Amino acid sequence: MKKSFFLSAIGVIALGILLPQFFKVSYFYFAAYVILQYMILSTAWNLLGGYTGYVNFGVGGFYAVGAYTGAAFILFLKMNIIVAILAGGILSGLLGFGLGYLTIRLRGIFFAISTLALAVIIQMIIVNTHSLGGANGLYILRPEPIPPFSDYLEFLFALMLFIAFLSVMAARFIEKSWIGRCFTAIRDTEEAAACTGVPVFRLKLFATTLSGFMMGVAGAPFPYYITYLEPYSSMDLLITVNSLAMPLVGGTGTWLGPVIGSLFLGGAQQIITVTVSSEWNLLIVGIVLIGFVTLAPGGIMGLIGSIRTRRAS
Amino acid sequence: MGGIFSGELLINAIAAGILLGGFYAAITLGLSISFGMLDIVNIAHPVFIILGGYGVFLLNSRTGLDPIVAGLVFAPLFFLIGVGVYQVYYNSFEKWGAESLRGLVFFFGILFLIEVALLLTYGVDYRLARAPWIGKTIAIGSLGLSLRLLFPFLVGVIMTVVLYLYFSRTFLGMMTRGVAQDSSAVRLMGANPIRIKTISFGLSIATTSLAGALIISIGPVEPSLGREFIGRVFAVTVLGGMGSISGTMIAAMILGVAESLTATLGGPAWGLAVSFGILLVVLAVRPSGLFKR
Repeated sequence: MKKSFFLSAIGVIALGILLPQFFKVSYFYFAAYVILQYMILSTAWNLLGGYTGYVNFGVGGFYAVGAYTGAAFILFLKMNIIVAILAGGILSGLLGFGLGYLTIRLRGIFFAISTLALAVIIQMIIVNTHSLGGANGLYILRPEPIPPFSDYLEFLFALMLFIAFLSVMAARFIEKSWIGRCFTAIRDTEEAAACTGVPVFRLKLFATTLSGFMMGVAGAPFPYYITYLEPYSSMDLLITVNSLAMPLVGGTGTWLGPVIGSLFLGGAQQIITVTVSSEWNLLIVGIVLIGFVTLAPGGIMGLIGSIRTRRAS
Repeated sequence: MGGIFSGELLINAIAAGILLGGFYAAITLGLSISFGMLDIVNIAHPVFIILGGYGVFLLNSRTGLDPIVAGLVFAPLFFLIGVGVYQVYYNSFEKWGAESLRGLVFFFGILFLIEVALLLTYGVDYRLARAPWIGKTIAIGSLGLSLRLLFPFLVGVIMTVVLYLYFSRTFLGMMTRGVAQDSSAVRLMGANPIRIKTISFGLSIATTSLAGALIISIGPVEPSLGREFIGRVFAVTVLGGMGSISGTMIAAMILGVAESLTATLGGPAWGLAVSFGILLVVLAVRPSGLFKR
């Protein structure tokens, strides 16, 4: 396990560094960054929603906390992007911890409603904070590209590729460990899990915190990507919809589901936005989400599984 | 002088808060039925209100019909929409006991679709309803009451009384409360809980067209406005004791006065944070609300 992890980590780093040296289509990195960002967000959502069944509708809020913390660390504290990413993750993780601490002992719906309300409050705070640019937004200049990259966007792509890899590996590790088995027990019957000695409350807090941390990490490099950060686009409802549609389309409760979902739905959206229009893109995401949740509850993974069992029998 | 002035300001703020509370009751009553009584977590409730607002805008701007009357005109159509949505919800989720995660996401998908559809049709421009009473103010002593708040308050009070009588005096209303308490007991009595839930959910969506009329009378409406009300309507529902009609009215008044006072003392930007604060405190301290049904 450990050896294969390090080998694949080296492979991912090598891919991130080498690909931009040969493949020079700027738009590819522009689109790939978004897909990788969603891979992190949907993996983070799945960690809580897919494994324990607690639905986070405030992904955009957590993401914005990461993005604005990142921007503040870059602009005001003149920090390195890695520090900014960690800071964005930690603040967003603390937010997840606080909200989880207050609401997660109750029925899951109260947590879901609180996250919805929280996203609105975060947007309101950002709009009313003048030092963060308020409704006007912030401008961020990209630094000089770091060699061997000839363009900063290519560096961001390599960075996101590595973060996405770490997130997916973390999810996979948790899923295979005793924590993952406890999560499944919580999702199935919380009371029974508690009776058999599963530390339900502590594990749920762990999931909300880690999930919030990963969402903040996904948001923190965004200021450098977009170079102009403002509260309305940085916490668009689309971010939330995608982050929960992708695990549901791929298949919730498995580490592979969000990966498949983000590649499939994220890739489709990039194609639709370019070939049709970004408005139609929104409509299609909504229809795909409702379609999958009503007709294919297991997502693509579930569909593949049912085809396999049908073949076997 | 200063003391008298601030006292007057305070009374005006409380009066405005009570009027606001009546309006909050009007927009929450539907959710108290669906979420409070039927246990259907309709997070798309506020966006249905915005949809109602746009329907009213359409009728009001074309024919000049009074917005509140226009809201009533749309109520039967919204009832049917509610019946349709519940049929899908029941057959896809509730029947299989899968309502928690996937049912929530289903309503979130509806929220998103309605918002996007409104955005594609009407754009991000703000829309307003027109009526002779919007913009007028009546004065009682030093108290100034604007009609654009007073009329929605009165509609909210009437809705509360009508729904209170419906749930306490009519057969169907009492059956709904029975379903809320013990669905299988109702089935043993020979009634069909699914039919009762269908009608009640239709009723809860029907209230959103009238609530939409009030929302577009009070202020301009744009497609994403519904999100600002999510925290409020759920805070009121929970504070009101999950499904108690009179509790909803009292909780709405508390929120209205609290928001109005916060806006007067601390600036209007913080009004929205009040509902979230109330929601968190109630959830942390007394999740069954103030008025347990």
